[in-house]
Amino acid sequence: MPSVSESFLRKEGPEKLTGVAKYIDDYPLPGCLHAVTLRSSIARGVIKKIHFDPAFDWDGVTVVTAKDIPGQNYVYLLEVDQPLLAEHQIRHAQEPILIIGHPDRANAYEALAHVQVDYDEWDPVLTMEESLEAKRLLYGADNVFKRIEIVKGDLDAGFALADIIVEEEYRVPHQEQAYIENNGMAAWQEDDGTLILMGSMQCPFYVHKAMLPLFPREPDKIRVIQTTTGGGFGGKEEYPNMIAGHAALLALEAKRPVKMIYDRHEDMLATTKRHPARVRHRTGVRRDGTLVAQDIDVLMDGGAYVTLSPVVLSRGILHATGPYECPNVRVVGRVVATSTPPNGAFRGFGAPQTLFAAELQMEKIATRLRMDPVAIRRKNLFREGAVTATGQTLRESVGASTVLEKALARSRFADKKKQYARWNQSKRRTSWRGIGVAAVFHGAGFTGSGEVFLRSRARVALSPDGRIRVDAASTEIGQGTTSILAQIVADALELPYEWVEVEMPDTGKVPDSGPTVASRTCMIVGGLLHRAAKKLKLALLNAGAHWPLGREAFERAAARACGSRGELDFVEQFEKPGDIEWDDVSYRGDAYGVYSYAAMVVDLEIDKLTYEIIVRNVVTAQDVGKAINPLFVEGQIIGGTSQALGYALLENAIFDRGVMQNAQLTNYIIPTTLDMPPMDVTIVEKPYSKGPFGAKGVGELPMDVPAPAVAAAVYDATGLFLTELPILPEKLCQALHAQEN
Amino acid sequence: MPKKIELEVVINGQKKAYRGAAFKRLIDVLREDFALTGTKEGCGEGECGACTVLLDGELVNSCLIPVYQAEGARVETIEALAAPNALDRLQAFFLTKGGAQCGICTPGMVMSAWAYVREGGSDDAASIREALAGNLCRCTGYQHIVESVVATVQASNQRTRKK
Repeated sequence: MPSVSESFLRKEGPEKLTGVAKYIDDYPLPGCLHAVTLRSSIARGVIKKIHFDPAFDWDGVTVVTAKDIPGQNYVYLLEVDQPLLAEHQIRHAQEPILIIGHPDRANAYEALAHVQVDYDEWDPVLTMEESLEAKRLLYGADNVFKRIEIVKGDLDAGFALADIIVEEEYRVPHQEQAYIENNGMAAWQEDDGTLILMGSMQCPFYVHKAMLPLFPREPDKIRVIQTTTGGGFGGKEEYPNMIAGHAALLALEAKRPVKMIYDRHEDMLATTKRHPARVRHRTGVRRDGTLVAQDIDVLMDGGAYVTLSPVVLSRGILHATGPYECPNVRVVGRVVATSTPPNGAFRGFGAPQTLFAAELQMEKIATRLRMDPVAIRRKNLFREGAVTATGQTLRESVGASTVLEKALARSRFADKKKQYARWNQSKRRTSWRGIGVAAVFHGAGFTGSGEVFLRSRARVALSPDGRIRVDAASTEIGQGTTSILAQIVADALELPYEWVEVEMPDTGKVPDSGPTVASRTCMIVGGLLHRAAKKLKLALLNAGAHWPLGREAFERAAARACGSRGELDFVEQFEKPGDIEWDDVSYRGDAYGVYSYAAMVVDLEIDKLTYEIIVRNVVTAQDVGKAINPLFVEGQIIGGTSQALGYALLENAIFDRGVMQNAQLTNYIIPTTLDMPPMDVTIVEKPYSKGPFGAKGVGELPMDVPAPAVAAAVYDATGLFLTELPILPEKLCQALHAQEN
Repeated sequence: MPKKIELEVVINGQKKAYRGAAFKRLIDVLREDFALTGTKEGCGEGECGACTVLLDGELVNSCLIPVYQAEGARVETIEALAAPNALDRLQAFFLTKGGAQCGICTPGMVMSAWAYVREGGSDDAASIREALAGNLCRCTGYQHIVESVVATVQASNQRTRKK
């Protein structure tokens, strides 16, 4: 009764399709206060005084500030530099200062309008370059949150071998996650003193960990419950720690439940975004296209606090070379502080930034060598046995060539390229046409020793009445976690998918299987559950069960296996595979257990009058090791591509003095049905020996590959090599006019 | 306090009495006064379509409709369609074709698709994309949603032909 490789139906699908599924704002919470946040209007300075309008009726309004925090005023993450509420210094616009609660949401907002803050305003640091100059210090002695270097071989020797050296600078902007459900959290204290946090999130145990220093108590007196979550994409990885702290602080002060639901404007103004980046490449190449030296400088804008920036930078630089082997490499990465809202996790986590640069650099090199951009990729692409920049030998599951060849063949790339060259020669045409290709890799799971430190745990439990339950903290946020974990367990037990239930993540009930991030859920948590389920199967065998196992026989076996113990359960914990070695200090070794691979061909047309860019077609092949649920994998690929096409062509976060100017869906444009082309998706399966059924990761991979393919297609269509995203019609217009003059 | 009004509105076939502010948004009336939380808020400014309902048979963003405008009108919400254990054909195709992921845009998307199918929309993907252009989805990239609607229209046509 195999479950894996079948497109089983989404377990929670019927509830979602009928509007029955409950998101945090759907819980009425009788007697609750609605919480709103007073945020700084300046980007940098100090708070002088807070005025509460004496003419306003403050009855029934609860206000909390930093002074009300019973523990320490920081939001725990990698560092403890970010306060829950600013007390004195302001380090970015929209920084939270105080929280207001009222039983009526409109009145809470009304009260907010009657608070005024006087500041001493200081000059902010708004750009990465300005931050590097360190004229005004925001962090440490040089404004650098983190610097990491990767070195392989001998860079000078490599450049000495080069026939040509190609240099270019690439830039990518902020990107908003734009989940359709805004951030939201509820908090209350139970009679036994347990603090409950309930809301929209990716990582319940992150929230749990962050509450402890703020509200000191025994760890089991904090319980974090995930509600149905309307999209995350990284935007609900670390930010929920902040909103949970705010809601909890108010709930403890008011001794009432609190509900804090952001509206779209606040969510876009105040919460994390993708890190903007500047990436410089200097590449040494032989005349035949062989890479001999890659010198790469990556600079990222972390915003005002450290948050996850060091690890975003890490993943960024680990992907900066592209999926190519080069004997001599240096990658220097720095992430710096600015007076802007902190940037954070977003699908891809640094890799879309550096892979955009890496792939366009290949286009540039091909042009300089008058070489086919496909040929140069074929020449240097990772194969089994290739050695990456960190010295990792790719021993297995390397689908780079396969995905590239499949995407090229299915898109008829070579034919179309010729055809479009002819099309573009004709002056009578009202459009240009172009086709571009890109290839990427993406490490699955936490970087380096990350999984070893996490030591994730997951459980499969059997009750005497024959209920099989999966307990994990891995959240369903649209990607299909609940269903695929059930599939993996069902398959290992050789029992029907429908018999397996999955517990909603609740820190009071489930073991910590780690955060739902980093394309790790299926491979890592799925792997743990697979092992646990195998042990459960053995227990059933020992209880006399034999397969095929009907429902009644199963229930009898379950009762026997559980005996008088009640529930029978198996907990598995992550253990480092013996042959994976990583050194955090030298940045050498196996950066990831395995990589997934994707290639994409983008076919587009540009109107000569309006410069509107229409993506006509997208063809992609992606190697995910094993598609546990092919429909969901396709959903991840098409959905990720949509976000990345937005990144490439539409999404333009405009900042002025550290404040996003278009913090609404009216003018921060994300793709609609009409912006998305039909897509042709091929799933490639190069199994990974340590993943469940061979599975690797897919969540982030599709975010990496579209943007460089779009830029390459625009280059093919117009001859304009645009190194900065997003590629907007007005930018094309300006660039073409500049070229003509 | 703003002046309270009283009005009647027919929600999912049932006559309901509302008493409250005239300018309260229809979405809030549905969610707060009548506990119909299937209608979702994504942006509050008519861009995302998560709050889509039918007002006298017309698709509207319920975040942009003050309740007094719905006086005496027929309002249909996602709750009118089906229960989880008895999905209607459109919802069943959304389930089998992968049209729902995180689910927050889904009720609004289903309402727009339902109206399209009910009005006899064709199975042509371009027309379906046009009909759903007012509903933002950040998860699916839309293709599986479009395929869900194509399948629904084709199944409906087949049934009509058999009759």
